[in-house]
Amino acid sequence: MAHPSTYQPASGIEKWLDTRLPIPRVMHDQFMVIPTPRNLNYWWTFGGILAFMLAVQMMTGIVLAMHFVPTPEGAFDSVEKIMRDVNWGWLLRYAHAVGASMFFLAVYIHSFRGLYYGSYKAPREVLWILGVVILLLMIATAFMGYSLVWGQMSFWAVTVITNLFSSLDSLIPGLGTTLVEWIWGGFSVGGPTLNRLYALHYLFPFVIAGIVILHIWALHVAGSNNPTGVEVKTEKDTIPFHPYYSIKDGFALVMFLLLFAALLFYAPNLLGHADNYIPANPLQTPPHIVPEWYFLPFYAILRAIPNKLFGVIGLLGSIGVLVFIPWLDTSRIRSTRYRPIYKWFFWLFVITCLGLGYLGSQAPEGWYLFFGRLATFYYFAFFLLVMPIVGLIERPKKLPGSITQSVLGPEPSRAAEPPPASQEPVREGVA
Amino acid sequence: MRIARIPAAALVALAGLGMVLPGAARAEEAANGHGSEIEAQDWSFAPPLGSFNQAQLQRGYRVYKEICANCHSMRFLSYRNLGELGGPHFSPKAIETLAAQVQVTDGPDDKGQMFQRPGRAADPFRSPFANDQAARAANNGALPPDLSVIAKAREGGPDYIYALLTGYRKPPAGFDLTQGMQYNTAFPGHQIAMPNPLVDGVVPYTDGTKPTVDNYAKDVSAFLMWAAEPKLEERHKLGARVMIFLLVFAVIMYLSKRAVWARLHRRDHAHNA
Repeated sequence: MAHPSTYQPASGIEKWLDTRLPIPRVMHDQFMVIPTPRNLNYWWTFGGILAFMLAVQMMTGIVLAMHFVPTPEGAFDSVEKIMRDVNWGWLLRYAHAVGASMFFLAVYIHSFRGLYYGSYKAPREVLWILGVVILLLMIATAFMGYSLVWGQMSFWAVTVITNLFSSLDSLIPGLGTTLVEWIWGGFSVGGPTLNRLYALHYLFPFVIAGIVILHIWALHVAGSNNPTGVEVKTEKDTIPFHPYYSIKDGFALVMFLLLFAALLFYAPNLLGHADNYIPANPLQTPPHIVPEWYFLPFYAILRAIPNKLFGVIGLLGSIGVLVFIPWLDTSRIRSTRYRPIYKWFFWLFVITCLGLGYLGSQAPEGWYLFFGRLATFYYFAFFLLVMPIVGLIERPKKLPGSITQSVLGPEPSRAAEPPPASQEPVREGVA
Repeated sequence: MRIARIPAAALVALAGLGMVLPGAARAEEAANGHGSEIEAQDWSFAPPLGSFNQAQLQRGYRVYKEICANCHSMRFLSYRNLGELGGPHFSPKAIETLAAQVQVTDGPDDKGQMFQRPGRAADPFRSPFANDQAARAANNGALPPDLSVIAKAREGGPDYIYALLTGYRKPPAGFDLTQGMQYNTAFPGHQIAMPNPLVDGVVPYTDGTKPTVDNYAKDVSAFLMWAAEPKLEERHKLGARVMIFLLVFAVIMYLSKRAVWARLHRRDHAHNA
């Protein structure tokens, strides 16, 4: 939130730096005293967890890159060499692989939190759209990273997904094929493909980090949303980020790390697929080509649509539609907590996404295909029909008068208090 | 004071742990998806605290060397690995002897000639065939897979390998078995090119363990699991330390969070009074 700076340079060097590059001032104003709604629940801790996971992925990834050999002959062997002969290589590699899953777990919770509490509504549209861009980049990065192992699943996932572009042949004959060969750098997935996937897999996390900075910037302009969806009205509605949310986020992060460590140390291959421990073989297709769990809902949407081109459009549209949510949702209020009709549609949507995940892991035939189509229909209907229509016809529950009232209850004595603007701002706990 | 609520994040993490820990034994050797009969065995290396049985790995290596290595390569392993802690842990002398039993092509020498020399600890396991084509030619067209990571490359892991090695049966009446194939209860599709490799007594055991097919299959499955996950013991040990650290850290963080937020609640209380 825009607020006057309260930073006082304490030492000589801080004073010197403050008139040249005021990094300590920015850190103090944006990450210490920044006024934050006092009622944020634990679903709000996943933003910090995500920043932590991005750092984990980049740090483990950079060291792995020092030992990885991006050639079809060397890739699989170099990964095994990392597991066996590089000091702590097994820990780095499993942390990176399990870390990708944890990263997606956190980003999905973070996104559903934003969806539930209407965090995309004005004035946070740009904040939301930047989040969608980060999600899209994460998907691309994870896909490319998975390909680098050059196991059977890696190779065939790249083949299947890059081949999707050939569906453009049905628009302009030859366009798709040309595009696919350009992406491959040849006439099939091979060395040039692996090399460019590696280059981009190294590049994208830095792009993500840049957009994360914009995401946080946009967050600090509009301020955090909160579970009531009621904007901050007075300074009494807020508390300084540090120590209140630094400690709360910290506790949540440690709980998250417990789950991360349990998977990493006791079941590092639980979420992976055995076939990816078989070196890539272009002559032998695995019986089932399945993506990692975090892509399964999108995979189910792709396969639910019979036409290849429309399937690809559906796949891209399932992410693309998220950009338009701020304008698709016609509700006057933000938080689903106060939306008696919409909340049922919301939870049905959550179930649909989980269901699509299950269906994505099954062969697209019989009832699986039927339910895949039903779920795909509802996935899009939720955004394109439910959001605009329910917002117009629904009568929301009464909102609390303020964030403070939602926490402490409506106190007659509080209402009688002098205007809060004149009150002493909250300063406790600030260093 | 307000009643302490159980934080959502704590619930998510605990639910996650609840799912992982009991299932973890099965995790690395997850359920098999081919409709074949694979029973979960009791392995000494099951998470969270399991470790390899050194004597079992040494017996397993013997089975591999005498039987499997005739057709299957293990190209990610070197003889030196057999001496590692958390593995078969053979003595350096034993490893030298084992390695020296094979002839390795080295060179070129000063005159540009390749030459043969006895193997050394640093040499990779010698592959039985020069290349895949030679392996197929010698095996009726079927390629014996490399066994380095086989315990992770098959659904079911060591349970699957054990089930496969003990799963040779006469085909049921009416089963259409292709010429040169064997019937196996564990193999997907039940037709396997590999002939039944194990017979009671074919590999002598010197430590008093009964030389039965069942023991051979168990021991070599454990050995292959070690070959695929040589750092498993280290991982389990470090995991225990990290989990204890994080649990203590979580308690401290929770109490700190309560203490910090209590200031806010005290102030609210003062306002309300």
